[in-house]
Amino acid sequence: MHIVVCIKQVPDSAQIRVHPVTNTIMRQGVPTIINPYDLFALEEALRLRDWLGGEVTVLTMGPPMAEESLRKALGIGADRGVLLTDRFFAGSDTLATSYALAQAVRKIGETWGIPEIVFTGKQTIDGDTAQVGPGIARRLALQQLTYVAAVQEVDLENKTITVLRRAEGGVQELKTAIPALITMLEGTNEVRRGTIADVLRGARAELVVWNAQTAGITDVSNCGLRGSPTVVKRVFAPKPRATKAVQIEVGDRDMGTIAEDVIARLYAVQPALEAALLRTAAAY
Amino acid sequence: MSTAPTPPAAASRAGMKKELPERFKSYKHVWVFIEYEHGEIHPVSLELLGEGRKLADKLGVELIGAVLGGNRAAMQDAVVEAWEYGADLVYVVADPTLEHYRNDPYTRVMTDLVNNYKPEIILLGATVLGRDLAGAVATTLLTGLTADCTELAIDDEGSLAATRPTFGGSLLCTIHTLNFRPQMATVRPRVMAMPGRTKGRQGRVIEHAANLQEFDIITKVLRFLPDRNSNKVQLAYADIVVAGGLGLRSPENLQLVRALAEVLGGEWGGSRPLVQKGWMEAERQIGQTGKTIRPKIYIAAGISGAIQHRVGVEGADTIIAINTDKNAPIFDFAHFGVVTNAIEFLPALTTAFRKRLSVNRLAS
Ligand SMILES: Cc1cc2nc3c(=O)[nH]c(=O)nc-3n(C[C@H](O)[C@H](O)[C@H](O)COP(=O)(O)OP(=O)(O)OC[C@H]3O[C@@H](n4cnc5c(N)ncnc54)[C@H](O)[C@@H]3O)c2cc1C
Ligand SMILES: Nc1ncnc2c1ncn2[C@@H]1O[C@H](COP(=O)(O)O)[C@@H](O)[C@H]1O
Repeated sequence: MHIVVCIKQVPDSAQIRVHPVTNTIMRQGVPTIINPYDLFALEEALRLRDWLGGEVTVLTMGPPMAEESLRKALGIGADRGVLLTDRFFAGSDTLATSYALAQAVRKIGETWGIPEIVFTGKQTIDGDTAQVGPGIARRLALQQLTYVAAVQEVDLENKTITVLRRAEGGVQELKTAIPALITMLEGTNEVRRGTIADVLRGARAELVVWNAQTAGITDVSNCGLRGSPTVVKRVFAPKPRATKAVQIEVGDRDMGTIAEDVIARLYAVQPALEAALLRTAAAY
Repeated sequence: MSTAPTPPAAASRAGMKKELPERFKSYKHVWVFIEYEHGEIHPVSLELLGEGRKLADKLGVELIGAVLGGNRAAMQDAVVEAWEYGADLVYVVADPTLEHYRNDPYTRVMTDLVNNYKPEIILLGATVLGRDLAGAVATTLLTGLTADCTELAIDDEGSLAATRPTFGGSLLCTIHTLNFRPQMATVRPRVMAMPGRTKGRQGRVIEHAANLQEFDIITKVLRFLPDRNSNKVQLAYADIVVAGGLGLRSPENLQLVRALAEVLGGEWGGSRPLVQKGWMEAERQIGQTGKTIRPKIYIAAGISGAIQHRVGVEGADTIIAINTDKNAPIFDFAHFGVVTNAIEFLPALTTAFRKRLSVNRLAS
């Protein structure tokens, strides 16, 4: 069986710095990582491959340096890496991204066999929209399974798949036809460490690099800024609150006295609070 | 290249003229997708009706709800509720195939509604269901969708200005959908305030046929397993929330947070590192990638107040922060601060509350 996993290289955003004056992102020197949510998708794909046989192709769209993330994925155990890179893709929103990725998945299918499953992560930590997965599913007319917590069964003969999906207020057990697109929930598996052999292979492997044309994208007006219905009009820093916290005096007062003070302040700003607490708080 | 909105994109297209193609000019009215499951409306849909009302009034158009479900009779309460929370009109699609949420039939019905009645704006809750649906509908219609908005407004030209956090919450950006309709946006639960309910307020209703056949729908729901503790963790809607951060120093000290929450009849939660360290379940994480809360009182103990945490708690009426560092960022947005050791202070606060509550209970 053939599985495609879409991974994105993202800035390790805990370390993103914003220029205090210009409000722009200071990207220099910001380390990049594979979007952490995508690792759960990769792990699930590798498990299915180990279980049922076949191949895992990882696909990323990004600047040339995104090949690093493919090498890392190969180092974890993926079989093949495809980098989709072209200036036509610059400025893509989720609709344009899903178009380009869907085209690349199609081309991957033509080249190495139609994938039974396409995986994406739940969302990215930079775009953070959770839209690209559903977008790819729609464009390829795949059954869409989002927030999947576990793949329970894959029946290659009858071409069905059964999954547990996180839904509102509970878990759905869903059965559908493959090919399907799965967005994998985080924390649902433990991402493996690649073997030394995999890591070495990842470092040396030939990657497949496609631009728009070689990926079979004939109409680039669906890509990049031109293919993006949304535009960012303004980027700005959150407004600081005008006043800082009123500090409750601590000094050498004992904790009980400070606590009384806090409660008094609270009751003063929320006069209805005490009565509400008496109604609802646990009886002691 | 990134799917994250980036400043360069802003620079190169922000000034573009927005001559709306002729075919979109008839798109009118503000819609809210009413998330209706297991006989109930998700509260986020009511919050969106409140927000949608403001947008519709600004545009001088109608606010319209769309509700999908399996059993028409059972859905009447939802229709009435939508009116009372501000909808002028409700589209109802009742069909057995819509009993349980599934992407395919819901996407087909929503796109069909849009193509028939042509709204200019559609708002959906950024819930598991709403996100699953919104992405599929927007792609089918080939229109723009802005996720997890924190502010919605109408600009001078009458188009939707959707503001959301970007770059892990360190910045906000305002996004527009140029040249396409409808303009779609999702909003997370509790980000918008719950509007008031006008009992007896009535509107119109239009029934729309689903035209679906079960044999035509490939995905089947085999089972639904309700969360065992779904009634327990109600962080987003709790009036009082007590939370701990890394300043608590050990998982055992989370008990101090729980004890205070219990005395106050509130909920408890924590910052993201506590989930990453396995001190508590992900359901209890508060912040940008966890729950957005809007309690009357939020007590944060040993939490630094990073921007990703801040965006999830700013809607609280009163924030009390306990932190040993007087320069901690949380004091920039908390209302009251106590610069002290939370591990010692939390038990004292719990005792003091308990004392006051029991004394006054005796008195009343
Ligand atoms: C993409 C992204 C998404 C994120 N989403 C979230 C999110 O949803 N929610 C979230 O919370 N975080 C989120 N974060 C993480 C966030 O950036 C911070 O790292 C996190 O909130 C810090 O948690 P903390 O305040 O508990 O720990 P720290 O930042 O380590 O702060 C601990 C605080 O405790 C104080 N302290 C120490 N000892 C004591 C004591 N004895 N008594 C009182 N105070 C004490 C310290 O002075 C310090 O201020 C996200 C990060 C990223 C990159
Ligand atoms: N540029 C990209 N290259 C490959 N996969 C991507 C890209 N952008 C998004 N994805 C996939 O789509 C998922 C959802 O992304 P998002 O909609 O940005 O939150 C991610 O977890 C990835 O699996």
